Amino acid sequence: MCQCEANDLEKIDAIVGRIGADATRAIPVLQEIQKEFHYIPLKAIERIAATTEMTESQLYGVATFYSQFRLSPVGEKIIRVCHGTACHVGGAEGLTEALEARLGIKNGETTADMKYTLESVACLGCCSLAPVVMAGDKTYGKLDRKKVARIIDDLEGGGESR
Amino acid sequence: MSEMRKTIVVGMSSCNIAAGAEKVYGIIREKMADGLDVNLSITGCLGLCFCEPQVRVIDEDGSEHLYVDVTPERITGIIDEHLKGGRPIAAWASDLNQGAMVKLLGKQRRIVLANCGRINPERIDDYLAQGGYQALERVLRENRPAAVIDEVLASGLRGRGGGGFSTGLKWRFAYNNKADKKFVICNADEGDPGAFMDRTVLESDPHAVLEGMAIGAFATGADEAYIYCRAEYPLAVKRLDLAIAQARERGLLGKSILGTPFSFDIHVKEGAGAFVCGEETALMASIEGRRGMPRIRPPFPAEAGLLGKPTTINNVETWANIPWIIRHGAADFAAQGTEKSKGSKVFALAGKIKRGGLVEVPMGITLDEIIHDIGGGTGSKRQVKAVQMGGPSGGCVPRQLFDTRIDYDEVVKTGAIMGSGGMVVMDETTCMVDVARYFLNFTQLESCGKCTFCRIGTTRMLEILTRICHGRGKPEDIPMLEDLADQIKHTSLCGLGQTAPNPVLTTLRYFRDEYEEHIHEKRCRAGKCRDLCSFEITDRCVGCTLCARNCPVNCIAGASKELHVIDQNRCIRCGVCRDVCPFDAVAVR
Repeated sequence: MCQCEANDLEKIDAIVGRIGADATRAIPVLQEIQKEFHYIPLKAIERIAATTEMTESQLYGVATFYSQFRLSPVGEKIIRVCHGTACHVGGAEGLTEALEARLGIKNGETTADMKYTLESVACLGCCSLAPVVMAGDKTYGKLDRKKVARIIDDLEGGGESR
Repeated sequence: MSEMRKTIVVGMSSCNIAAGAEKVYGIIREKMADGLDVNLSITGCLGLCFCEPQVRVIDEDGSEHLYVDVTPERITGIIDEHLKGGRPIAAWASDLNQGAMVKLLGKQRRIVLANCGRINPERIDDYLAQGGYQALERVLRENRPAAVIDEVLASGLRGRGGGGFSTGLKWRFAYNNKADKKFVICNADEGDPGAFMDRTVLESDPHAVLEGMAIGAFATGADEAYIYCRAEYPLAVKRLDLAIAQARERGLLGKSILGTPFSFDIHVKEGAGAFVCGEETALMASIEGRRGMPRIRPPFPAEAGLLGKPTTINNVETWANIPWIIRHGAADFAAQGTEKSKGSKVFALAGKIKRGGLVEVPMGITLDEIIHDIGGGTGSKRQVKAVQMGGPSGGCVPRQLFDTRIDYDEVVKTGAIMGSGGMVVMDETTCMVDVARYFLNFTQLESCGKCTFCRIGTTRMLEILTRICHGRGKPEDIPMLEDLADQIKHTSLCGLGQTAPNPVLTTLRYFRDEYEEHIHEKRCRAGKCRDLCSFEITDRCVGCTLCARNCPVNCIAGASKELHVIDQNRCIRCGVCRDVCPFDAVAVR
């Protein structure tokens, strides 16, 4: 699924060079790969396994164990609806529904134009502002169904990109 | 810093920022570029998250004014009136010596949070000015590691991450294990939904954690450390990195610390999203670059931990207590609290609570004091129904047990656990079956899959709870839940599985009637389970139109000042009408 070009391989090698090649560096290496490509291309796993002491099974195992890693491309902006306890009690499900309706996708999906991915997260740790949504790097608190749809309007209206 | 100028300090913690602090900071910067002559600084979170963003203005004579709920409009007013005009705006300031604030702060005893929201976490000098690193200096100068351990042991400090194991004992085990290499680890993988104490401490006072770790390393004979921090806490990671760099620069970390033979350094490791990594053996597997799966103990980490070496693991709050204990002495620490739970504990108050945020209270205080006196109750007309303590490992303590004292062993008697300190307050609109389902969904997703009962048992429990919430519950479901809960508790390797059934067991213990209503009467009194409830507008309606305007599916009809009616066929039972109604005119049927 990834069309890794030669310069992508260079990027991968550079990341390994910077972070380290021994087996204990698997998680930070994959984190940097994801920062670069916004997901973990399978080609990257193959490349790292070929050039370091990490194996494909270790890397794939780690990439599928931790919820942070994704193996397919995501939208330009990730909308994370917090489903921590306080947010759940405060109506987080309604926020996900409202965003699903506004974006025309289901939770976990990406819009056809690859602009937005809608996700749930366990807890963002801003419980006193519940319910909370994080769009890109920005956190919005004390939301309701109406306000949450306005986040998308904000982003559409020339909001800063990732 | 010039004494002839006013100082303005903006709270810049994640919670402040989410509430809009960056905009406020930006406006001040703009005005400074236009010639406003003030000192500008930042600080962390004061714990008063319910009224953020906050800005503190310190006048030339040292008097302080804490402005709360600072909007962009308000900061412009504060700049014009107070900073330029010298006229503080009392209406926007919070008087800490009056009213609710006295209740809120008066019952607190701040050790871990003492510097939070007071100092600039990005400047080591601020921490030093508060006596920071004096404890480390003293233990290095005295050079008696065993005495440090005795002191921590005497303080009675117990692990603040949830387990409640004696910190001093843990250190002694590591100390007694002779090895060529030892580690200390700070568990900052604060995964319990509803808990944010550790994030706040790391963002607001990172050096306290570093100093605590350095003291622990010296005492146990370690020379290297890891802080395993959730990736969801980018600001905490940033401030830790900064604090570590500054401490290295001052010779407080690195080789030959303060000119002594003691060398010690700290690395920050970002987690990648796995709740089970809060379990110490899983956490170490994760640092080693593997899937974060727990293993059988013994051997305990103190014997064979990270990379097989003796390792001392404590959580953020535990480490942050250490410098205070060394500086003030074990006796001062142990002077507060109960017989077996000493010192203070930080709690994160959230949910249906008026004054949510962080509080640090002496052990021995009652739940009622925390929730009603400090937190102010629900802040609505509704009553508190229960408080969820300890996250997915804990339980729901009902209102009738609010005289329970905060003490590791007392809390366990209720079926909940002290946990890391999350307290989510619930009112009558919270369905306890739904809460149990929520937590089982969480633990089922986060189970690493190693133990069969944890992996499959939680799935079965979740299926049953989901069925009950959808009105398809059967009479035999309750005994089945209890049986599964018992099996999972006794056949799981780590804390995640052993405690996963707790939310179900405590809600069954205290709110069994709700389960029975769901199963037998197909009714959810809280109005949360959509298949089991409907909403009706009663004659208390005055026709304010608020519900109609907020209904997401526009199914409420009614003219202004007339009784409104819900079209039951189109209603999706989201409960928004009830939440927004100021007249309590929406009833659950």
